[in-house]
Amino acid sequence: MANHPLISYVEEARNRGMSNKQILDALSVAGWHTHDVSSIFLDHIEASLIPSPLEEGSSENIITVRNVSKIYGKTVVALDDVSLDVKRGSVTALLGPNGAGKTTIIRILTTLLKPDSGNVRVAGFNPNIEKDAQSLRSIIGLAGQYAAVDESLTGRENLEMVARLYHLSVPASRQRATELLMQFNLEDAGDRVLKTYSGGMRRRLDLAASLVIKPEILFLDEPTTGLDPRSRFELWHVIRELVKDGTTVLLTTQYLEEADQLAHNVMVIDHGHIIAQGTADELKNQVGGDVLELNITDADMLDSASQLITHLGSEAPRQNTDTNIITMPVQGGASVLIEVVRILDSANIKISDIILRRPSLDDVFMALTGHSAL
Amino acid sequence: MNNFSQTISDIWVMINRNLIKYRRVPQLLVFSTIQPVMFLLLFTYVFGGAIKTGVDYISFLLPGILVQTVLFGSMQTGVGLAEDLSKGMIDRFRSLPMARSAVLAGRTITDVIRNIFVVILMTVVGLVIGFRIDHGIFNYLGAVALISLFGFAFTWISATIGLAVKNIETAQVAGFIWVFPLAFASSIFVPVESMSNGLQIFAKHTPITYTVDTVRALILGTPVGNNAWFSLIWILGILVVFMPLAVSRYRKIT
Repeated sequence: MANHPLISYVEEARNRGMSNKQILDALSVAGWHTHDVSSIFLDHIEASLIPSPLEEGSSENIITVRNVSKIYGKTVVALDDVSLDVKRGSVTALLGPNGAGKTTIIRILTTLLKPDSGNVRVAGFNPNIEKDAQSLRSIIGLAGQYAAVDESLTGRENLEMVARLYHLSVPASRQRATELLMQFNLEDAGDRVLKTYSGGMRRRLDLAASLVIKPEILFLDEPTTGLDPRSRFELWHVIRELVKDGTTVLLTTQYLEEADQLAHNVMVIDHGHIIAQGTADELKNQVGGDVLELNITDADMLDSASQLITHLGSEAPRQNTDTNIITMPVQGGASVLIEVVRILDSANIKISDIILRRPSLDDVFMALTGHSAL
Repeated sequence: MNNFSQTISDIWVMINRNLIKYRRVPQLLVFSTIQPVMFLLLFTYVFGGAIKTGVDYISFLLPGILVQTVLFGSMQTGVGLAEDLSKGMIDRFRSLPMARSAVLAGRTITDVIRNIFVVILMTVVGLVIGFRIDHGIFNYLGAVALISLFGFAFTWISATIGLAVKNIETAQVAGFIWVFPLAFASSIFVPVESMSNGLQIFAKHTPITYTVDTVRALILGTPVGNNAWFSLIWILGILVVFMPLAVSRYRKIT
């Protein structure tokens, strides 16, 4: 993939000092469109085109959270002394398994939930004070975990309703709804009742609703969970466009790949604690390069296979006896893969599948906490 | 826009949103009248002959059925809110800079509008099977106004329940389980005087009996007495208790 002409073109253009926008414009003049380039390639290029917040020369924190705790009922600790900062214009991903506390953070920052203790500032407002909270609500957008759109209304009616509730005038609401339907590729479906929409369309409409005002901060709670790859890609594309316009984005996700694609800064959450923070690359480096996954045909050979290849890994191999899969972090990529195949072949151990992949959330979790994310 | 007109506008947007559902799926309205129509027909033709009321049973029953329709209909408020909660709509509304009261006010007012519509529909069915408005249209309209107010009060009880249970099915059950015996232990279907002594004491003082007796007196042209006052006191009392309860529930949703 790294040899694809588009990627080398982008790198060259960069070296010549062209700005990201100039590069994208040049690509589109040259006839490259979303439809022409397979989604994967476009993904790859755009990921490297996310404007860095440091590049913009801004280091102001738009969100600060200090020592926030939240306990549900009396015993369920959702957040335990969490502190974090989000820079203006950046994309920050909260990465963690279900129940880690991601949604609780989003709900506190969007005025839906009051923390038990600690201090929160969002765009200078304190979401715990009703007067501040109301001002804050008029400059943020939220797309929650499920598509919060009204089934009985049409797409257009949903958007107009939200616009009216942001206190846009009737004509302005109408116009904004039309713009958003166009932007999110829903103009044909706009006047249909939502019951006929697919999951991906609902998600897009939900995201559109969170963008009715151009929010200073956009909160996305697992924006792509349950979406097919194509819809997921479309959503990533939209989010990147927003970031280019200067919107700050805080999103939660269970997928390291998604954090990698979208975020400048990734915070890993587990059991209400932030256990690691950094760029996706920095987190992956904690795992140590790539992950080798091999499926052993004969379950009895799992142990001997692990023993034979353990010296090639950067960490000890893990076995899953249910699936007969051995997982091992490795450095050195393809050469390790060849070596593993050679060793197992000469030991006469049959492999039904072998892949070298980038680390997943689960691998990062294993490296950071010693336990699985699932 | 100032705060007040913004609030009104927010409530209006919410009412509109709720009414679109009825406009688009009119079956919802039709179905909510089938059950009371069934009650009306069953009681009139099955039990009517056996129940001694002093007047035509249909004339006795219809005012009661109107109140019962609104009482049961009000329980839909909680179901609607539970549905909005479970689908994430309430989260969306709470994250918007809209008036905090607009979601609840919009929902309860919509349900009052629906109640009035169903009451009129029921009256038409009554007229077909022999009910007559003999004592002036103004008495009838006064009765409809009281019924609506009564329904408005009960929608707030229902809203409190719906926001507490947060689940559509539970809201449905929790809404009806206490309303059903309350409806039967009242003057809706039979004169309270025919009940056993202990029950009579209870039945005579419920908001339902006071309201039914007032509505009945207005429509039949008999003296209203103190019933109207007691009915209004009950309505006011319910609103004073349950409006703040529902609003604080709404604010504290986690």
